[in-house]
This record gives sequence, structure tokens and C-alpha cells, in this order.
Amino acid sequence: MAELRAETPCAGLVPVRVAGLSLSEVAPGRMTSVAPYRGQERALSAALKSAHGMAWPAPGRMTGREGARAIWFGQRMALLVGPDPDPALAAHAALTDQSDGWAVLRLEGAGAREVLARLTPLDLRERVFEQGHTARSELAHMAASVTRMGGDAWQVMVFRSMTATLVHEVETAMRRVAARGIFP
Amino acid sequence: MRLSCPICGERDRREFYYQGAALARPEGEAWDAAWDDYLHNRENPAGVTRDLWQHEQGCGAWLVVTRNTITHEVLGVALAAEAGA
Repeated sequence: MAELRAETPCAGLVPVRVAGLSLSEVAPGRMTSVAPYRGQERALSAALKSAHGMAWPAPGRMTGREGARAIWFGQRMALLVGPDPDPALAAHAALTDQSDGWAVLRLEGAGAREVLARLTPLDLRERVFEQGHTARSELAHMAASVTRMGGDAWQVMVFRSMTATLVHEVETAMRRVAARGIFP
Repeated sequence: MRLSCPICGERDRREFYYQGAALARPEGEAWDAAWDDYLHNRENPAGVTRDLWQHEQGCGAWLVVTRNTITHEVLGVALAAEAGA
């Protein structure tokens, strides 16, 4: 009988390091999309708070902390990243496991913003896209989720099947930004 | 061209998908001229028009966009769920 071996979405593709920039894989743990039933938003936020310690994220925002986060993921939807979802949430929202469906990457280093700016039409300027902000947008023509985790640290997610394309596109952009020699 | 999504804020046109004219669905199921217009007949205005767009690469919401085809001004964007089509 065949022995199946689990592989992460980015196995063999990362890490990529170019000058001061690095692209690496994040092991997010369990990921669950949470979509509140009509009229249940408030009850869901309360349940989320008591079960996982974070409030329901407003559009374009991330709540929680390292290891247990809620990332806004679209209209009336958030992605719970880290913990297994508390069964109590199921009374207020549709929960769907997404753990193996998305590649999660972290791009960091001086110039990371300029790398992403080559790939997405989002306004990534410091005062517009602050730490803890998130957006659904296109990244190199792929449907992506982009979140600013820190000053020069960004989290990028695409569907797992598009991982190799994403890594290729981001690596190309990293090389081009580095070639300009304006970031130490 | 940029559209201000009521949920996401101002975004590039590349994130949006164009559907067509935003029309109110006729009442009832009996076939009449109103259904004929709804299904087949379209204005092609030089001026203000109301279209349905979807924020496909963003939040996914359907939007009613009011814009001017002569000046290319975007006069308003509302959630289709709230504006009525």
C-alpha cells in the first residue's frame, strides 16, 4: 500500500532570500473560515471573545495575537487562524476548515512593501496600510489575502494550487527591488 | 478608474467585475412588456448610468455603481443588497 507523506504547500519552494528580503512559509495551524448567520454577528463576536480571546474583526482588520488570530476575509467572513474552532461558534456561524487550502507566506525585510507594490494595486503606504490591517485583493492576478504583521513584515495567502506561481512572482519582484540597490 | 467599495474603501478597477445595467426585477411571473425590458432591452445612455459590479477580487460584495459615461465621473457606490437593483 502506498505510503502518503504530508507536505506543506511551499515545500521545496522557500525560503527565498534576496539581499535583506526573505520569503518564508508560515505554519499557521488550523485555519477555519467563519461566516456568521444572519443577525448573529454580535453573538458570534461574544462567543469568539470568550472561546478564543479575540473580537470579530472589522472589515480590513485583524484581531487576536500570535497563535490565535481572526483575519477579515471578505464580506461577512473571517478566517480563524491557529486554534481548533470552539464548537460553541457553530451556533452562530458556518465553520469550514481551510487548513490545507491556502499557502501562507511571510515576506519581510527592508523593501518588502516595494516588492508587494509591484504585484498588487493595493495602497500599501505606511499611514494607509497600518500594522494589523488586512485586505483581499489581487496579487500577480491571483486572489490573495495580504496582511501587515509588523513594520516590514507582511503575510500573503493564496490558494494552495497557486503557490509555485506566487513564489516565482514574489521572488522575481524581490530580485528587481534588490537590484535597485536603494535598500540596505 | 477607481471605485470606492462601501466595505473595503477605494480600490483599483482591476479588482472589480462588471455585470451590466442595474435594473429592478419586475413583479409577478406573468409575461409582459416589463419582463421583456428587464431581460432584453437596454439603454445605452450618454450620461448617468447605474450598473452592477462585483468586488470579485476583494470582499465579494455586489455593488450598484452610479457613473457618468461622458465625464467618467463615479457618482456613487452602494451595496446592491441595500440599494436594491
